[in-house]
Amino acid sequence: MLKDYETVFIATPVLSDLQIKEAVKKFRDFITDNGGEIVHEEDWGLRKLAYPIQKKTTGFYHLMQFRSEPENIAKLETQYRRDERIIRFLTFSLDKHALAYADKRRSNMSDTKTREE
Amino acid sequence: MSKQSGSEIRYLNPPTVEVKKKKYCRFKKAGIKYIDYKDAEFLKKFLNEQGKILPRRLTGTSLKFQKKVSQAVKRARHLALLPYVTDLLK
Repeated sequence: MLKDYETVFIATPVLSDLQIKEAVKKFRDFITDNGGEIVHEEDWGLRKLAYPIQKKTTGFYHLMQFRSEPENIAKLETQYRRDERIIRFLTFSLDKHALAYADKRRSNMSDTKTREE
Repeated sequence: MSKQSGSEIRYLNPPTVEVKKKKYCRFKKAGIKYIDYKDAEFLKKFLNEQGKILPRRLTGTSLKFQKKVSQAVKRARHLALLPYVTDLLK
């Protein structure tokens, strides 16, 4: 049974754009290779942290909403821990209200995008 | 003394009758079911200047949603969207 999850991770600011893409790709592939599917992705870019983590004051935020088997979450988190590029992560399982909110948020974002274009 | 006894009570200052505004839970009223940890600006409404979570007795939030607010704030803090400790937030 696939469950809905959301994961946010913060990558170190010392990486180049290409390295960030590589890291993102690694985790995206990890999810899809384990039988999950990516529902939505958001790149928040370089953001200031509210407090320093590992003596860094900024970080690249990346959000992924996906569906996966629950057993794979622990594996994903070990991958995060092993990766030196990731300084912080959070995985969150979505209940039905959260899912509705995520859908709404997504449609709002696509609305604003189309309006900008 | 004996003349003043009875129903009349005299005050030095006129008693102020405070009409207490009833507090309400904004989530129940607005029908919000999920509190997003990614929306730091919204969560700041439930924090004081030092970044501490405001008690329910001040915000009027119902117990059910206070738990969710505090959970969301803690998640936001973990992701460095909100500070754990600070001065002059806002």
